[in-house]
Amino acid sequence: MTEPLLQVRDLRVHFPLRGRGGVVKAVDGVSFNVPAGRTVALVGESGCGKSTTAYAILGLEPATSGEVRFDGRDITRLDRAGRRALAGDMQIVFQDPSAALDPKMTIADSIGEPLAIQGWKSAAAARRVFAVMDLVGLPASFAGRTPNALSGGQRQRVVIARALALSPRLLVLDEPVSALDVSIRSQILNLLMNLQAELGLAYLFISHDLSVVRHIADEILVMYLGTIAERGLTDPVFAAPTHPYTEALLSAIPLPDPVAQRRRRRIVLTGDLPSPLAIPPGCPFATRCPLAQPRCVEVRPVLAPSPSGQAACLVRIPAADPDAATRAAQR
Amino acid sequence: MSAASPPAADAPLLVVDDLAVTINGASVVDGVSLSLRRGRVLALVGESGCGKSLTALSILGLLPKAARRVRGRVTLDGQDLTALDERALARVRGDQASVIFQEPVASLNPLMRVGDQVAEALRLHRGLTGEEARREAVAMLTRVGIPDAERRAEAYPFELSGGMCQRVMIAAALVCQPKLLIADEPTTALDVTVQAQILGLMHGLRAEAGATILLITHDMGVVAEMADDVAVMYGGRIVESGPVEELFADPAHPYTRLLLATIPRLDGRRKEHLRTIEGVVPTADQWPDGCRFRSRCPLAADICSRTPPLEPVRSAVRRAACWRTAEAAALA
Repeated sequence: MTEPLLQVRDLRVHFPLRGRGGVVKAVDGVSFNVPAGRTVALVGESGCGKSTTAYAILGLEPATSGEVRFDGRDITRLDRAGRRALAGDMQIVFQDPSAALDPKMTIADSIGEPLAIQGWKSAAAARRVFAVMDLVGLPASFAGRTPNALSGGQRQRVVIARALALSPRLLVLDEPVSALDVSIRSQILNLLMNLQAELGLAYLFISHDLSVVRHIADEILVMYLGTIAERGLTDPVFAAPTHPYTEALLSAIPLPDPVAQRRRRRIVLTGDLPSPLAIPPGCPFATRCPLAQPRCVEVRPVLAPSPSGQAACLVRIPAADPDAATRAAQR
Repeated sequence: MSAASPPAADAPLLVVDDLAVTINGASVVDGVSLSLRRGRVLALVGESGCGKSLTALSILGLLPKAARRVRGRVTLDGQDLTALDERALARVRGDQASVIFQEPVASLNPLMRVGDQVAEALRLHRGLTGEEARREAVAMLTRVGIPDAERRAEAYPFELSGGMCQRVMIAAALVCQPKLLIADEPTTALDVTVQAQILGLMHGLRAEAGATILLITHDMGVVAEMADDVAVMYGGRIVESGPVEELFADPAHPYTRLLLATIPRLDGRRKEHLRTIEGVVPTADQWPDGCRFRSRCPLAADICSRTPPLEPVRSAVRRAACWRTAEAAALA
């Protein structure tokens, strides 16, 4: 059996608060794999830890504990040289293409920058730049332009071309279409699907937009306050989610169909996310959960097999109770 | 209240007639006419640069400095707002009509307790004293779903979440019971579960108080949920309008049809290629002559170099500005 391209094991990213003695547990025990050529989506609302997870994988944020392996190799704590060597295999595309590009650099120089850093000869680099521009559908005539002469969608193509320059095997896509207009989003999503089919890329796709995620992802991980609430293959999770948070999240998306939307029953959560400084000891979702029982406030559930994959919910999945899990192991 | 002649009860509350706005001479809103009846929600929908926000801001004279209204009239409950000077407009704002903006945190005064920000309109427009205004402000904060409003009224915006700040904005906008609420992307900056709360709140206000809402959004899901009527904008013009169910069921304008078809759907075929609208929105100084969508329209023909009028299509209550609505049905 081949090993998954990316393996994340019990990853934690904690931020100690200077002077105040507290700790923000942005990511608190997250495990998953991204197989080669597949799309795994991390979804959740602001503060759930999805972006911090991605940054820790890329070494942009130091992991407090846990392990990240790429192609079988431990990459959790690499030095600068190790990171630079890894840049050929793993790249990130950020949400806002305008912020991700130097306004004074030409498109060709921006796309060629990773090649220059890796010491490519200029003639070979130039050939590669035009090859990836072609790959992402940018006309060669754009090479000498600066980002301000381009539209938002074209800029995101430039950012994707730059990420592809070194022929990576994994792209981390952090809300890649959220800053784009509706009519441009579908162009970029189609491009990402084409590139995956052509190049066999693996995607770690981070998004708060569940309609987009459902369209593009093979597997989905729903995060809530630094932990995974539910995971599974896209179809079963969307068809019949197990975790009440996933249910609420799905029911909250307004459908672009007035007849269907007005017939829907919506689960409206009360209250806001708890402060990341005061995450409850039990289920992190218990403070807003319509199903919460007294035990949910005390015991932190673990991921256990569910009809749609795995879910961490004591009410729906009795095996998610860590005590039950221990008892089962002892039997 | 103004002493304009009392309008008939069934007359529209808000009428925008042939509004045109330019920025440095470039046409950003061109010939927009809207009519909003009492108790209804009209969604003005389109992508960035379509002119929807500038249209909304024009209504209360809130255009940014660079923008200029060059044509058109806005009438609120029979009163011509475009004839008012800045002082008179300031009396209308927050009293007869209010705006809530996309960024609740940026739109609140960071140095003022949120209760005072809600009470301010009451002191200004209703002449209430400090204590009366405070009491009413707390009651309003409770109505928009802020728990423990008595205590939260003492908080500064940075102490509240984004969803709470948007509730404060809505409370401040509604506390004087305005006839018209203009909501400019009211949930765009919020998480989806918080968006659901705010949309629920707006539904409630409508049902209880019969609020009349002009909703500005790019989100077709929010339109489908909230609106009675829709006006779709492209290139500073209304390209299509009508009741929400009819319009979504069978859009008449190629732009509306394609826009709806580009959105990934929760019930669509996964991993399939999505419909796209080719090209990009031209900048405001580079609109093509005639129909402004024709540079991206798959149905564009010679006739489209003439500006199509917004004319009845499909039914008596629908309008579209397109020469080729008969062919559009085959598009998507």
